[in-house]
Amino acid sequence: MSVAAPVEIERPESAEETSVVPEPDVPWVTLVHNDPVNLMSYVTYVFQAYFGYSKDKAHKLMLDVHLKGRAVVSSGSREEMERDVQAMHGYGLWATLTQDRN
Amino acid sequence: MAGHFEATPGGGAAVALDEVETAILRSLAVQLLELIGPGDEPAEGEDPLAALFSEGPSEPPSDPALARLFPEAYGDQDKELREASAEFRRFTENDLRTRKRDDALAVVRTLDSLSPAGGGGAVLRLTSEECRQWLGSLNDLRLTIGTRLEVSDEDGADESSLYRLPDSDPRKPMVMAYLWLGALQETLVETLMP
Repeated sequence: MSVAAPVEIERPESAEETSVVPEPDVPWVTLVHNDPVNLMSYVTYVFQAYFGYSKDKAHKLMLDVHLKGRAVVSSGSREEMERDVQAMHGYGLWATLTQDRN
Repeated sequence: MAGHFEATPGGGAAVALDEVETAILRSLAVQLLELIGPGDEPAEGEDPLAALFSEGPSEPPSDPALARLFPEAYGDQDKELREASAEFRRFTENDLRTRKRDDALAVVRTLDSLSPAGGGGAVLRLTSEECRQWLGSLNDLRLTIGTRLEVSDEDGADESSLYRLPDSDPRKPMVMAYLWLGALQETLVETLMP
């Protein structure tokens, strides 16, 4: 998982795993993937510091990443999601953007 | 305070380091700088503005640790999205490398500014901006070392785990460094929690 190998994305699940509800006309989401290195406290910190999420929401998203392998952490236009993915890479989290095809 | 960061007034943090710890941290940060590579400083005689418009690479790095530091942006592997990943990388990887390099340089600089107290130890005091840079660099170091050690989620429980290596194992010193960096990062995160 440490290498940027091809990632299987099971699209149909992605929206129901998260508390972020994508609006119907904004079909892109940022996914953060579990990795064995990043500290749980650090991932929670990043979600609070970058997205401004509450401690509870950040903690829940972190647990989703950890336990389910990934979580949708934001949704919006493709450009917005590219910005979020770039920021997540800046923090050292493994993030991708994908089109939410629900 | 030995071995862990504590919050200081004004949003900073401090940690007591002995000479060996300081030397190890500095050496690791320098190795990280070597891995990330030199910046895009304009060569002599070249237009300095050219660097602003230069594009980054479009292929992911072949080194697994670098590939982890500079991941692909699109998980989907159809042709169109592979091209989108390549384009994203061209326009973002240079900035990301610059940021990671600046963070590691800040680690080296702050360590070099330490003046030894009695007994060879010293207290490293960081501003809030330096805390952010240290946090980023500690994370980059752990990602790099974790990739080299092939750390996995099973290492917490497995009997043959990296964390139970015999002293004779050549990976042991790197595992010890990895765990120590994790403890440093954990306590630094705690000081920054809003």
